[in-house]
Amino acid sequence: MVTNNDTIIKIEHLSKAFGDKVVLDDINLDIRRGEFITLLGPSGCGKTTLLRMIAGFLKPDSGVIMMEGNDISEVPPHRRPLNTVFQRYALFPHLNVYDNIAFGLKLNKVPAAEIESRVRKSLKMVSMTDYEDRDVNSLSGGQQQRVAIARAIVNRPKVLLLDEPLAALDLKMRKDMQMELKQMHQELGITFIYVTHDQEEALTLSDTVVVMSDGKIQQIGTPIDIYNEPTNSFVADFIGESNILNGTMVCDREVEFIGHKFECVDEGFGNNTPVDVVVRPEDIYIIANAENAKFTGTVKSCIFKGVHYEMFVETDNGYELMLQDYNAFEVGSTVGMFIKPSDIHVMAKERTCNTFEGKMLSATTVEIMGGEFHCADCGLAEGESVYASINFDRVELLDNKEDGTVMGEIEFILYKGNHYHLTVLTDSGEKVYVDTNDIWDKGDIVGISVDISDLHISKRV
Amino acid sequence: MKVSIFSRRSTWALPYALFLGVFVALPLVLIVIFAFTNNQGELSLLNFEKFITQPEAVNTFIYSIGIALVTTFLCILLGYPAAYILSNKNLNRSQTTVMLFILPMWINILVRTLATVALFDFAHIPLGEGALIFGMVYNFLPFMIYPIYNTLQKMDHSLIEAAEDLGAKPSTVFWKVTVPLSLPGVTSGIMMVFMPTISTFAIAELLTMNNIKLFGTTIQENINNGMWNYGAALSLIMLVIIGVTSLFSDSDEQSQNEGGLI
Amino acid sequence: MKKFFAQTYLWLLLALLYAPIIIIGIFSFTEAKVLGNWTGFSTKLYTSLFSGGVRHSLLDAIENTFTIALIAAAVSTILGSIAAIGIHNMRGRKRQAITFLNNIPMLNPDIITGISLFLLFVSLGVTQGYATVVLAHIAFCTPYVVLSVMPRLQQMNPNIYEAALDLGATPFQALRKVIIPEIRPGMISGFILAFTLSIDDFAVTIFTIGNQGLETLSTFIYADARKGGLTPELRPLSTIIFVTVLLLLIIINVRARRAARKQENI
Repeated sequence: MVTNNDTIIKIEHLSKAFGDKVVLDDINLDIRRGEFITLLGPSGCGKTTLLRMIAGFLKPDSGVIMMEGNDISEVPPHRRPLNTVFQRYALFPHLNVYDNIAFGLKLNKVPAAEIESRVRKSLKMVSMTDYEDRDVNSLSGGQQQRVAIARAIVNRPKVLLLDEPLAALDLKMRKDMQMELKQMHQELGITFIYVTHDQEEALTLSDTVVVMSDGKIQQIGTPIDIYNEPTNSFVADFIGESNILNGTMVCDREVEFIGHKFECVDEGFGNNTPVDVVVRPEDIYIIANAENAKFTGTVKSCIFKGVHYEMFVETDNGYELMLQDYNAFEVGSTVGMFIKPSDIHVMAKERTCNTFEGKMLSATTVEIMGGEFHCADCGLAEGESVYASINFDRVELLDNKEDGTVMGEIEFILYKGNHYHLTVLTDSGEKVYVDTNDIWDKGDIVGISVDISDLHISKRV
Repeated sequence: MKVSIFSRRSTWALPYALFLGVFVALPLVLIVIFAFTNNQGELSLLNFEKFITQPEAVNTFIYSIGIALVTTFLCILLGYPAAYILSNKNLNRSQTTVMLFILPMWINILVRTLATVALFDFAHIPLGEGALIFGMVYNFLPFMIYPIYNTLQKMDHSLIEAAEDLGAKPSTVFWKVTVPLSLPGVTSGIMMVFMPTISTFAIAELLTMNNIKLFGTTIQENINNGMWNYGAALSLIMLVIIGVTSLFSDSDEQSQNEGGLI
Repeated sequence: MKKFFAQTYLWLLLALLYAPIIIIGIFSFTEAKVLGNWTGFSTKLYTSLFSGGVRHSLLDAIENTFTIALIAAAVSTILGSIAAIGIHNMRGRKRQAITFLNNIPMLNPDIITGISLFLLFVSLGVTQGYATVVLAHIAFCTPYVVLSVMPRLQQMNPNIYEAALDLGATPFQALRKVIIPEIRPGMISGFILAFTLSIDDFAVTIFTIGNQGLETLSTFIYADARKGGLTPELRPLSTIIFVTVLLLLIIINVRARRAARKQENI
């Protein structure tokens, strides 16, 4: 599909903050001419900000956006050779369909005859012939979005920016439009930069997917790479359904998780290294005969999902796994399972414990996460800069937020088969990672405390 | 996310901000300054002393509040049923009737007052306190009906159905559901009636052949006779009374109602 | 039955409310000097109102009233619309502050607005007259323009301005071709509102008009009424004002209802 490999947009060290909140943190991205690239991530991850910066509606705090070798960071939006399709269409309500589409051409003083033919051509492209004289307010959401697309492509931009263009449409309409967009991209041959929070949409449409979270790019790759080889547990969790489990790389090509050793295809992690293991639910084979299986379990629930059944199985070692199969297995029955080596995806752990930068307040108290914690005396004087580390499972979360030493909000929850791995954002803006068996909800405000024996202090140099 | 170059157009409000400063904020500051100075421009409490020590001014003040209270009360008494009927789909369907009630709000208050005077003349009723109160009610009744009508109109009708469903009698529904829910409208109606009645000046003069003086008239006379400082002090007293009254009502609610006037 | 009583109550109240106006309307078609005397049907009061048969000052007052209202409404509409766009794009404290200031003239009793402006003009040593009345009227009319333009801006899709820029419009072109057409109904309502308020005003005018002999309709009526004898020509005049206001209100309401219906259809 992508025949030309040269870069049309190059983004270097782009950063942006709104007040204290960093929305884009050192973004680097090359966009090739003619490719369909998708910025994918949950709301608030910075994808829309990035798109708006490319369009010129926002100025970066630092970094540059290059287009065909020229820095366009300071160029106002009306002089950039790209056009945008907005999420809520943003059609001009006082103009009819024709005048909406002709808006850009008229501003550029294109001759009337040419305007006419180009408007008709782009209307045809979005299958909206004969709608010229209609009032835009009388159109359905899908029709409005088609007009919005026609209004953008009629100007023959080098790059088309699409900001969640299908988010407001119903499921059926969305599926149809996805196919049409894909076809349109092929016909026009221009670069599409597409923003969405819908991972399925991203995987269906794109040549390249850019997964973003917290203002950072988590992974760039083809849809297949992103799905099969997620680089971290965030990407694995965000893209599709998955079982994310703690594991240990025993040696090359052998990994241990859920209490069993498995053959895998990954190498180079070193021996006995803690890793995250991702197994897609459809990649766990399930059989009624438990004897020949790699491991066994008991079916806890089984729900029909249209094409397949989704089951939760408790393994022999007490882990809960999600699996999908075309056959249903009775709840309560014992089943056998196995996983192919190539379906086990091993990811290096980003961290194995919490580490904070802090300062000694006295020999036995340390200031971290904006609070005063007690620690064992390790001979460090007041005012010394230190690192404090706490294991994930040693952080205590308290219902009553006043009871903790500091407060935090639960930001992200990851189920790891037999426990939850939580990301808690403290009031000081730091992240604490917690392993717990307790059930919390996203957005809960909790108190955080750490037992004196679980806080390990080391001097910072 | 919404911050954009759009936001730079916030500077467009600057000319108006300046205008507001000069023609709204500064004049109000001047009232305070004038109120607390004598005619030589020296700081003094003389104006307030004068007010307290002159029984005539204090009496007028109290009398005005009394008239305003009576007017407001009568307006609620007459206006609430009207608003209720207007908003009730079973009793009134006509939007035109609603408009007819709102319309007098837009006619010059002097013309309306003169019309009332003409009516009294026509019916050979002598002018005086009765005429004053009638004229006030006549002038300000629409300002009571409109906000109450507005709140009743916006009220979720299913609440009434829910009350009925739970076994409430129609009278219980009215007193336990409709009335409490319409209170914000009543409060803003009170503001819209009490405030102008306490501050009117020409109306009382015309309705009573200048026999009864209200506080507004006293202020106007003082200003006209060059007693600016005293007039400013009296204005300040009125502002305080109005400020206190408005504490009882939600000012947001009121501006909302006024905003929906047309 | 209940409905009958309800309707009777409404119409009785309306009859009471409109009785004075109707009496004035009826007696505007007779020549009698004193209201209440019917001396046969005549349109003489109307003709003399327009042919200048009345004292010249009444015609002057009418003219002043309209020119003041026109200037005040026009300036308020421009000032208020620009301000509304500005305020719409403001956030936080600054926005609260300017909204608060904007609400003051609407919440303040007219007499306070009048006296405060009077004190401003005397403190600045400005001779009061036409200009001060116009300025005063702009001061109390503009908030209403802001109030009627703001909802249009809030309803507006925030992206359409950006969409215009994106399609190659300069910020000024985007304003002219996209924003103004969008807020135009609000501007028109604001203008009509400001115009009516200005014509209607008495309390603010009387304190800012000075003593140079300038009269507007309401100060003329006031002066006239104080003298005890009402100029008979005020009867046709009041009738005309009433009918004009009626028409204006009908126009505004029909517009508003049509806009509402259009919204519903989407």
